[in-house]
Amino acid sequence: MSFYIASSPHTRQRRTTARLMQLVIVALIPGILAQWYFFGWGVILQLLLAVTTAYATESLCLHARERSSLSALRDNTALVTAMLLAVSIPPLAPWWVIVIGVAFSIIVVKHLYGGVGQNLFNPAMAGYVVLLISFPLQMSSWVAPVELTGQHLSLFESIHLMLFQYTSEGYSVEQMRMVASGTGLDAVAMATPLDHIRTDLSQGLTLSESLQAPLFSGLAGLGWQWVNLAYLLGGLFLLQQRVIQWHIPAALLASLALLAALGTLLAPDQLPGMDIHLFSGGTMLAAFFIATDPVSAATSNRGRLVYAALIGLIIYLIRSFGGYPDAIAFAVLLANMCVPIIDKYTRPTTYGHPRRKLQ
Amino acid sequence: MSSLVHQFSHEDLLRNRDDIAAGKLWQFPGGIHPPQRKELANKTAIRRLPPPSRLLIPFKQHIGQPGTVLVQEGDHVLKGQPLTAPGPNSGLPVHAPTSGRIKRIGEHPSAHPSALPVATIELLSDGEDEWAEKHPIADYTALSSSELIALIAEAGIAGLGGAAFPTAQKLAADGQLDYLIINGVECEPYIVSDDRLMREHAAGIVRGIRILQHISGVKNVLIAIEDNKPEAIRAMQDACSGTENLAVRIVPTRYPSGGERQLIQLLTGREVPANGLPKDVGLLMQNVGTAYAVYRAIILGEPLLERVITLTGEALQQPGTVWAMLGTPVDTLLKQAGYVPYPNARVIMGGPMMGFTLPTLDVPIVKGSNCILAPAKRELPASTTEMACIRCGACADVCPASLLPQQLYWLARDHDHDGLREHHLADCIECGACAYVCPSEIPLVHYYRQAKADMREQYIEKQKAEIAKERFEARKARLEREKQERLERHERAAEARKRALAEREAKAAETASASGSDTTGEPNKPANDRVAAAIARAKAKKAEQQKAAQATENPEGQADAKPEAQTESSNSAEALKASPDEAPENDPGNDKKARIAAAVARAKAKKAAQQGSD
Repeated sequence: MSFYIASSPHTRQRRTTARLMQLVIVALIPGILAQWYFFGWGVILQLLLAVTTAYATESLCLHARERSSLSALRDNTALVTAMLLAVSIPPLAPWWVIVIGVAFSIIVVKHLYGGVGQNLFNPAMAGYVVLLISFPLQMSSWVAPVELTGQHLSLFESIHLMLFQYTSEGYSVEQMRMVASGTGLDAVAMATPLDHIRTDLSQGLTLSESLQAPLFSGLAGLGWQWVNLAYLLGGLFLLQQRVIQWHIPAALLASLALLAALGTLLAPDQLPGMDIHLFSGGTMLAAFFIATDPVSAATSNRGRLVYAALIGLIIYLIRSFGGYPDAIAFAVLLANMCVPIIDKYTRPTTYGHPRRKLQ
Repeated sequence: MSSLVHQFSHEDLLRNRDDIAAGKLWQFPGGIHPPQRKELANKTAIRRLPPPSRLLIPFKQHIGQPGTVLVQEGDHVLKGQPLTAPGPNSGLPVHAPTSGRIKRIGEHPSAHPSALPVATIELLSDGEDEWAEKHPIADYTALSSSELIALIAEAGIAGLGGAAFPTAQKLAADGQLDYLIINGVECEPYIVSDDRLMREHAAGIVRGIRILQHISGVKNVLIAIEDNKPEAIRAMQDACSGTENLAVRIVPTRYPSGGERQLIQLLTGREVPANGLPKDVGLLMQNVGTAYAVYRAIILGEPLLERVITLTGEALQQPGTVWAMLGTPVDTLLKQAGYVPYPNARVIMGGPMMGFTLPTLDVPIVKGSNCILAPAKRELPASTTEMACIRCGACADVCPASLLPQQLYWLARDHDHDGLREHHLADCIECGACAYVCPSEIPLVHYYRQAKADMREQYIEKQKAEIAKERFEARKARLEREKQERLERHERAAEARKRALAEREAKAAETASASGSDTTGEPNKPANDRVAAAIARAKAKKAEQQKAAQATENPEGQADAKPEAQTESSNSAEALKASPDEAPENDPGNDKKARIAAAVARAKAKKAAQQGSD
């Protein structure tokens, strides 16, 4: 009789990468629903485009690399990358923006570096930065939240706009923005709250004056605050499911909040406060879904605290003093670059060895 | 205790002792909570089986060297009779677990993942189970530590927790100890051997602990039990009640809290230094089963012949615990437990975390075995395809040694041995927690084992290479030395030759000038010694021949002259033979003259001789 030979351990937790990624996708749903509610059909269309592109490019790469594509496709990592990028870009950006972004993420950032687990940079964020630098206009035309416009563009108009960059009546996103600022009607495009503050501050307005805008009738910008809360909810689910550990979100949010509080203390009229920083822009998405990407993050828990605190710091610095309204992607990529050195100096002391000193 | 001094200041150490005494528990990093599955086998009492008809007793069942065999094929042996002598360097003997006949002494598959054959004694039981003479000790306190340690070694007791390190050797190590820790944690899922033993034999265990205390001179004892064994905790607490210095510590259920180093950290907050031993931090640890075996060896005079084995898994109809004689074949035990085989089944010796699969069931239970796990087909998920590491770090979160398993994995794949050493691969206890949580199902422990084996191999190779290199260097040095000596010798010889030549030349010149021939006309060529020598020899001959010629004319000298002339002529022939290559073109005229002279001399000598004989 032949017996099955295997190496110990003979029991496993049965929590595969694919399952973990499924949970991440489930956790993204509240945020996606919130974005859809506030910013319209564009969000869903971008997601569909992104996922399609991701599967196409992933199979292409696996085929080119002569890997079995089925099991690799099933690990859902490409899916998560595509979704994260799709929810980060303006909902009404032309269709080719997301296609180029996802293709770059999957082909260049992921597979050219050796595939899943080998990429040095967060694929979604690297793709985002490529888009931001290549197509600054398309990447900064956000949609006004439904609370201001009263209604969405219809699904048909959204598709029309994404495909041809004009509505069926012949308006571009930019033109609609101008129309919006002129008449207050048909407003579908406008700056994000962070962009808005930034523009106002650069024009010599104080923060409190800038916050008088109708966009800020809530906590940290209409629509955005709810989107952030929704992502926070999803993030807490990930924590509860132990898909992610608390270290990265906690350190990122804490460092950002601390710096924002410090800024408010020093220059209350020039620097946005903690509420704006935490609940506007992509903060919660970054803290729970983007910075927690295990592949490109630091390895040890101590390292992760440093890594995430660094992201918080860079986000704050770029938002306050840099050239871009939001800074998640740059912050994450810069922190990715620091990972090897963070890993080197945060290695835990092995049992039975003397405590290491910094050489 | 030396390391303790490094780890703690004096005040810290005092506080640490107070904390331990107060029952404080520390934490070890990492750890996991795999499904316990202990209920499968811990419900029923330890069963005692009839002696199996056939026992397979390997010589070596402990860490160390085996002894030589004391019996022969065909011998009848009694229960408890030693079958091998104690091995060298604290090696342990093995005993006959029951009475019977030695059928065979030879190689048999071992209780090892490879099942490689090892020297084994095959014993056929006679069914009588007849004891050899036992030597119980009524009052062990009358014996010294070393006497008791010798008895424990004679009884063949090895650590029954699984490592099978000779207990006597562990006890003999000197050093000042402040705690004896009795390990009843049994953190590995499924296994309930120690659990049942504590429930049923708490008093015996405590008596064994007393003996261990007496031997090691340790006053304080901590008995550690995981909180998932309430009955065992109660039994041990009852057995300890009213006794001094014996404390039961209930530790939270978390794998691998039963690991020696982890338990030490848990109970004392101390860390055994890397490459060190518990005694370095003032501690001694023994398994509950070992304590009980010590009790049986000293008080009852019974050597280690049997141990508790957990037979468990859903492929068994009657899982439970048994007293299994050492050497009982695994298939005999499984049959007793109602094993339902199925194709491509898995039978694991040990638990699901650290046990190994058996390639064949015809291998024996040995001192370090504690469990046979026969899972049903779907009970333990077989490993599926290994996927790419996503660097999630789950492995690092659960590593009880605070290693970076993921880093080790990359390094092991790259065969980067320096990197592995730098990341302390040697401190990996192979508990399997990392592989258990890995979402990519990477068999991490397997990689580490392979890397360790490679490094061991490489180390041996390196040692060998170093020895070879040393030998090569030595040989090179010797050859060099010999060459040098040879050269010197040659130089000396050449010098001596030169000197001799010069002397001879001088003498020849003297002789030549004395005989009146014109040596001055001959150019002296020091550049070519041999030519000069040949010339000198030729001249000398000529001079002598002249003398000989004179002698032939001298009637008195006739008899003497003949042999002399002959010798000279042969000599001159020799000189001619040696010289033709070098001498002729240098001085052909002279040479010719000499030859003619020699011929003339020979003719004259002949003539003289003929005249002499007439």
